[in-house]
Amino acid sequence: MADKREITVTINGQAQTAEVETRTNLADFLRHELELTGTHVGCEHGVCGACTVLVDGAAVRSCLMLAVQADGHEVTSVEGLAAADGTLHPVQEAFWKNHGLQCGFCTPGMVISVAAFLKDNPNPTEADVRSAISGNICRCTGYQGIVAAALEAAETMRQEG
Amino acid sequence: MVRYTGAEVQRMEDPRLLTGHGRYVDDIHLPGMLHGAFLRSSHAHARIRSIDTSAALALPGVHAVFTQADLAVPDVAQSMNQLYPAPVIHQDITQHPMATDEVCYVGQTVALVAADSRAIAEDALVLIDVDYEPLPAVVDCRTALADDAPMAHIGSENNMAGQLKSAFGDIDGAFAKADHVFTGSFMQHRGGCHSMETRGVLARDEPYGEGLTIWSSTQCPYLVRRALATHLGEPEDRVRIIAPDVGGGFGPKAGFYPEEIVIPVAARQLGRPLKWIEDRREHFTATTGQRDQQWDLEVACDKDGKMLGLRGVVIHENGAYMPYGALLPFTSVTPLPGSYAIPALDVRLDIAFTNTTPTTPVRGAGRPYGIYAVERMVETIARELQIDPAEVRRRNFVRADQMPYETGAKLRDGMPVRYDSGDYHACQEKALELADYAGFKARQDAARTQGRYLGIGVSACIEDTGVGPYEGTTVKIEPSGKIMVRTGAASQGQGHHTMIAQIVSDQLGVQPEDIMFEAADTGKFPQGVGTIGSRVTANVGPSSFDAAGQVRETVLKLAAETLEAAEQDLELEDGEVRVAGAPDLKVTLGELALKLAPMSGGKIPAGFSPSLEATSYLGSSGSPVASGSNVAEVEVDIGTGEVRVLRYSVAHDCGNMINPMMVDGQIIGGVVHGIGNALFERMIYDEQGQPLTTNYGEYLLPLASEMPHIDIVHQETPSPLNPLGVKGAGEGGTIPAAPAIVAAIENALADFGVVIDYYPVDPQYLTELIDAAGAQAAE
Amino acid sequence: MKPGPFTYHDPTSVDDAVALLAGHEDVKLLAGGQSLMPMLNMRFVVPDHVIDLNGVADMSGIADTGDALAIGAMTRQCDLASSEIVAARAPILREALSFVGHFQTRNRGTIGGSLCHLDPAAEQPTVAAAYDAELTIVGPEGTREVAFAEWPLAYMMANLAPDELLTQIRFPYWQEAHGAAFVEFARRHGDFAIIGVAALLAVEDGKITRASVAVGGADVQPLRLADVETMLVGAAPGDAVFAEAGAMARKIDAMSDAYVTTQYRQRLAGVLVERALAQAASRATGGE
Ligand code: FES
Ligand code: FES
Repeated sequence: MADKREITVTINGQAQTAEVETRTNLADFLRHELELTGTHVGCEHGVCGACTVLVDGAAVRSCLMLAVQADGHEVTSVEGLAAADGTLHPVQEAFWKNHGLQCGFCTPGMVISVAAFLKDNPNPTEADVRSAISGNICRCTGYQGIVAAALEAAETMRQEG
Repeated sequence: MVRYTGAEVQRMEDPRLLTGHGRYVDDIHLPGMLHGAFLRSSHAHARIRSIDTSAALALPGVHAVFTQADLAVPDVAQSMNQLYPAPVIHQDITQHPMATDEVCYVGQTVALVAADSRAIAEDALVLIDVDYEPLPAVVDCRTALADDAPMAHIGSENNMAGQLKSAFGDIDGAFAKADHVFTGSFMQHRGGCHSMETRGVLARDEPYGEGLTIWSSTQCPYLVRRALATHLGEPEDRVRIIAPDVGGGFGPKAGFYPEEIVIPVAARQLGRPLKWIEDRREHFTATTGQRDQQWDLEVACDKDGKMLGLRGVVIHENGAYMPYGALLPFTSVTPLPGSYAIPALDVRLDIAFTNTTPTTPVRGAGRPYGIYAVERMVETIARELQIDPAEVRRRNFVRADQMPYETGAKLRDGMPVRYDSGDYHACQEKALELADYAGFKARQDAARTQGRYLGIGVSACIEDTGVGPYEGTTVKIEPSGKIMVRTGAASQGQGHHTMIAQIVSDQLGVQPEDIMFEAADTGKFPQGVGTIGSRVTANVGPSSFDAAGQVRETVLKLAAETLEAAEQDLELEDGEVRVAGAPDLKVTLGELALKLAPMSGGKIPAGFSPSLEATSYLGSSGSPVASGSNVAEVEVDIGTGEVRVLRYSVAHDCGNMINPMMVDGQIIGGVVHGIGNALFERMIYDEQGQPLTTNYGEYLLPLASEMPHIDIVHQETPSPLNPLGVKGAGEGGTIPAAPAIVAAIENALADFGVVIDYYPVDPQYLTELIDAAGAQAAE
Repeated sequence: MKPGPFTYHDPTSVDDAVALLAGHEDVKLLAGGQSLMPMLNMRFVVPDHVIDLNGVADMSGIADTGDALAIGAMTRQCDLASSEIVAARAPILREALSFVGHFQTRNRGTIGGSLCHLDPAAEQPTVAAAYDAELTIVGPEGTREVAFAEWPLAYMMANLAPDELLTQIRFPYWQEAHGAAFVEFARRHGDFAIIGVAALLAVEDGKITRASVAVGGADVQPLRLADVETMLVGAAPGDAVFAEAGAMARKIDAMSDAYVTTQYRQRLAGVLVERALAQAASRATGGE
């Protein structure tokens, strides 16, 4: 008999209760139980970073966390990044302006990672940004647009305070 | 009045993708959907004695287990169709959708489980009992063609899958009169491509006999439709293939895979939608990529380093089957001799079967191999004759006044290889300037005083792009005034929507935002080819330009009648047609569209056809050839062998650019693929054919932390082959990257006399070369 | 690539965890999950039970006990990396952590998890080896202390019985004025190192008075270079002596695998020992 638990997770500000098999990871829970498919799965072994979400504000690999471990916690996925009125987060806006994405598959994890990084490092150098996103693989952009976007977003966020 | 074509328009695709609202295959949830997992061969080569699926079938949550024998396709004994038949193929061996009595590589499909969840399907996989009789495997292409090599396939007499040759000019004469003949022997390794989205297939057999609908993360939906319909013996219109958002392609998603027949057939037999999403570990062995080529070349040149002839032999590692004809071998040798005017060539390529995952094109296809080979010989000449490598190139480039230039080589279809336009000399000078090539010596000397080893490397390439025969577009003005654009061309991130919207909005005087876009759905657009070989801009560019142009003509003609004005007095802007100087005299595009789409009892104006739309399949009249010169500057840590790319400069010529920002994105992304090939990515098999690098800790993709900033300068030599003057840009970043990096490393280690004969150049290998050179010097 | 079926347990106290361990067979302890979860996903391990330690009270925290830095086994790497105490008292732990994975994995990964997993090239065990760290183990019989030298038993196997739990790690302070450095060589940022070196050097009156040099990645467990340490003590720090140390380190026992040869590991050990010592010495004398 499959081992199951009922869990309640606050996702993008909304409490969601569901029964999950305990072996289900957080990425699959978001994607397939809640149909929040913005979070992507690129490797399922913790290297590509496509599945990055915020748990209690900290960026983590959702393929390396069981959904049950998120019980009682707050999760922010890419769907929760823009403002309620649809205004893009400065990081999203900067990705758009700087061609920080092509296929968009790494993008949710990338955007979440950059947003989390900039929160703690408001004034990074290009080298800081490159090291910060080294846990997110992008096969399309060669990273340059992403780096430019992160630097621009940092500036915007500094100005906005 | 060009407003958008040529401008750095922000992409139409992005807001959706940035907010998590893309729709990739795995994002699609259908009611009643089951989940598939494949049992794959764990042997590189084995006979299958029996398969027992009973225990798997008994597991709760499992709905069915399929082996090849359980698939109700018309002819189960049939192996898969050759997608690209060619006379150079000696042994045309393709695999069955699932193995019958022999497996020939680790990862080959053996059985499929359909279950309530992927986890359960995987639980069941371990319960399937396959009785294998292991057979000897052949792995190294360099020994695969030897008489005593094990056979990759039971019943073969040798492992020669095919053989081809590119030859022209008087090769013996060239070598006879040469002042110098230099040899080069090197192995090239290119890895898989590793789009961040793996492959995936979702299939539903529509009720009421409406046929199959298949969502596949493919680059070529029409190719999948053709292949699947043929296998099923059904009309193509009963097989609808949709490529939704696709998370990167780069070549490996361009073929037709076993899963693309097994999943639809199983879904039909189950009477329920069935989804299979490749996991990353599967991707390493189930998705095709590239691998090894051994090159042994000789170049003849005069005393000034001017090349007279190039000859040699290549062994191409094919992998276990030939799903994709000989496209990879062809594209390896037909670009020879690259950017250079060499009067004679004779290069033979042997295609060797091995018991490894089949190979098919990855970004650039064979071109990076071929160009690397020529560039190696140029470097050899520069080293041996002590001439600056950039100067050797200058002395050998095809000149702008020779354009259009026929190299002497023949394309797959027998047509001559013809460079349509370009100025390779000017392009190289741009790259050298961007890289401050002149100032390098000072940088190098300064670094050396601190014990640091800097090197610089130059490369040049050509890229035949935009292969035909067509990629059509329909442009239709809706009664709402919005423009609907449809094309077959699938996007894997290139930004087709934006590119086409730029072209069409200029033609029709609307904003790119007014353009609705649908692509890569065989149910929505009748015929297409696919997104391969940097062909979309050079095919869809012209077809969308032409279709929109035809609509524009109709609009103006109809508006002239409607407004009772002369056509030449009309202005098409902001979604309406106005009479110049009479601002109140106007009609909107929507109103005009309505005139051609009346309901019952209405009337079509005389001389017009219903629906304000046009379809065009205009492409390029030949293959526009892009070109580029790259300069890499590296630092080598002679203690650890680490190579850091400090600076990377690209001068690129892809003709006129529709969206320079997106072109830059293609180039930069492409360069990083090339640096990955040069320094990091290595797919390792052991001697038994077991893949060793099957996760991202072992297989090293380039990360932001190791990649340089890449500077780009463009030269825009319009192509005469299409009305937009465009050439493809998808692979021109990748092709010249490895030769530039490798040349730069050699330059950094020139004191040691290091000559590199293999890439990826990993630090261990480099320290071995440094040590060997040191030992030699000590002798 | 989904884990096999297991039963999940989430104890809230060390006692509960130990009781669960005692009551079940074929158990995996889930700490930060940055190594175990990939192995579960890939079905490299298929345990019947997973005991999640993330909800266990009193297993995380960083304390200065006066003579040692005491770290709860479930302390996350991100917390160590940002800890003022760590920065002040064991800065090379922080330096080493900057090489451990990526910030997203450090947000979950724990020091205890790394020490129990014992990947040969992992950074934290190498630092623990250099510091002669002490470990506290809790089991059904109570508590026992293990010196790091006794901790690794074999390839990726710690001195931990199936019913035991690592609860705390202590890094004894060096009382002498000293400098330390952690250097490593990995193919890419955040990868497991091929070789990592932790070095501590106490320098007084222009002489090395105490030395500790640990090399990770060469063998199945971190190695202390006792001969190098002996050679260093009494010597004046400087290029020549560090070069000699490097030459000795090049003779280290090193393994080979499909990717890296013994010779290359030895070469890196030599190069990196030399570099780590130079940096440690520079820091010992107030430089960087
Ligand atoms: S899917 Fe989680 S890191 Fe790749
Ligand atoms: S945009 Fe395609 S992987 Fe990053």
